[in-house]
Amino acid sequence: MREVVVLSGKGGSGKTSLVGVFAALAEKKVLCDADVDASDLHLLLDPTVSLREDFQSGHTAIIDPDKCVQCGQCRELCQWNAISEDFVVDSLECEGCGVCYHLCPEQAVLFPVNTCGEWYISETRFGSLVHARLKAAEENSGKLVAHVRQQARSLAEKKGLDLIITDGPPGIGCPVIASMGGATAVVIVTEPTVSGAHDMERVLKLVGHFKIPALVLINKADLNPEVADKIEREVSKTAVQFLGRVPFDRAFTEAMVRGETLVEYDSGPLKTILVDIWEDLHRYILSLPSS
Amino acid sequence: MIVSIASGKGGTGKTTVATNLAVSLGPGTQLLDCDVEEPNDHLFLNPHWESSQTVSTFVPQINESKCSFCGKCAEICQFKALVILKDTTLTFAELCHSCLGCVAICPENAVETGERELGELERGISHGIELVHGRLRVGEAMAPPLIKKVKAQARAENVIIDAPPGTSCPVVTAIKHTDYVALVTEPTPFGLHDLKIAVEAVRYMGIPHGIIINKSDIGTDDVRDFARAMNIPILMELPFQREIAETYSRGELLVEHSQEWREAFRTLWKKIRQEVELASKGRAVA
Repeated sequence: MREVVVLSGKGGSGKTSLVGVFAALAEKKVLCDADVDASDLHLLLDPTVSLREDFQSGHTAIIDPDKCVQCGQCRELCQWNAISEDFVVDSLECEGCGVCYHLCPEQAVLFPVNTCGEWYISETRFGSLVHARLKAAEENSGKLVAHVRQQARSLAEKKGLDLIITDGPPGIGCPVIASMGGATAVVIVTEPTVSGAHDMERVLKLVGHFKIPALVLINKADLNPEVADKIEREVSKTAVQFLGRVPFDRAFTEAMVRGETLVEYDSGPLKTILVDIWEDLHRYILSLPSS
Repeated sequence: MIVSIASGKGGTGKTTVATNLAVSLGPGTQLLDCDVEEPNDHLFLNPHWESSQTVSTFVPQINESKCSFCGKCAEICQFKALVILKDTTLTFAELCHSCLGCVAICPENAVETGERELGELERGISHGIELVHGRLRVGEAMAPPLIKKVKAQARAENVIIDAPPGTSCPVVTAIKHTDYVALVTEPTPFGLHDLKIAVEAVRYMGIPHGIIINKSDIGTDDVRDFARAMNIPILMELPFQREIAETYSRGELLVEHSQEWREAFRTLWKKIRQEVELASKGRAVA
């Protein structure tokens, strides 16, 4: 099994549009949307959901007012200031640590499991997609990311497919860490801006930390060729592969509006560039050991 | 007044709005960059850094000479950060949420204070305004504790919070207890989809909010229709101009180049202030 995870550090650099392109071009694969916080891949793939399940993870404390004697011990112990003066838990502040639940002398604290989202297996015109939706303002996105990746792997094994293409979340924190463990390779999509370069550097450091082979792709490369050159130079000094440049083109937005991937919408030079990039990426992934 | 600049989708222009707005307001303004995973505001402000401190969080350090290996600490730990074997203990510091449950429950007082580095908290001055940001240590999973530290620096008359993208716990931490959330979006299917989730989150949290449409001349009218249907004010529109994108790519501010932009961002701040006043009157009536 091989899995390529597409990341960026900075949001809005074009990860999902490119994953859509790879989804259209790759054969015999399972698709996975691991950006569970703001997942958009389904908007290009028009999935038909075949399996829908609740995702449960973590707990939230609730104080039973009938049992509570307002001794105040929970408020003293709570590191999150999540319990009000009248002993009501603010679920947004509650970390789910269970300290109040375990140490309440009156056993007045309930500690139910959270349903923090849903995950799905869907069918699309490019094959199966495993995706999820974290509820707004929820926690445990890292655990949901790990869950959809695990489900994508099981599905691929079951179907005898040996490639997973994963759309990852932005940033470098818990969902990103959860999206890259055990990946065959990571593609970092960046843009030629000072922010794009800065954010790429941090996510590359993280990838290096986990010792995962990485490739860099510069999207919207012609917006600032100087910065693009600089990024390419910096990348070439490291073990990271330089995958190529994609020009800025309004066709990406036009395709998105129609719910299509760029390679379905466009048949000109931009498509050729993207097909070449996918072929290079595919060849590179196949050169790496399967797991 | 504390105003958050947020968005569901990344890359919609939060940093552009937050930095230009802060600089257009001038002295008496603080910009708190709470996107601690990928802080970018400093790239546009080039501040003179005045202070930098390492921020750490509690992790347990078990004194095995006091430990009776009863295992109560491992039992209370929801995050599997402690494993107690027959005559030895294992601590997984990176899993610890610093709840101090292990300290509270240990009958032998054997849990002592260790530290895990979260990142850096830095403070600088630029264009007469103060920039504070957090820089999460690469490899650290938990952004919220560092975000809280950045927010604790708020003390100016005008405070602008640049929030991380998304709608999960780092965003909730960044925008909680602020007076207003300006949601930056773009009029595309991705922009609209993520805006809807962001609106759901801010409504759940009960914070007054408005929309800023960036790259306003691309895509469709669906974002405007959504704003109308949901009765959310559109505070500002920024067109897509290659020139704006290029200015951004070089790490430059729009308000440095044009007085018109400076006025536009000041007008934005006035509008937000009116919205906040309206919302507080609405609450008083209710």
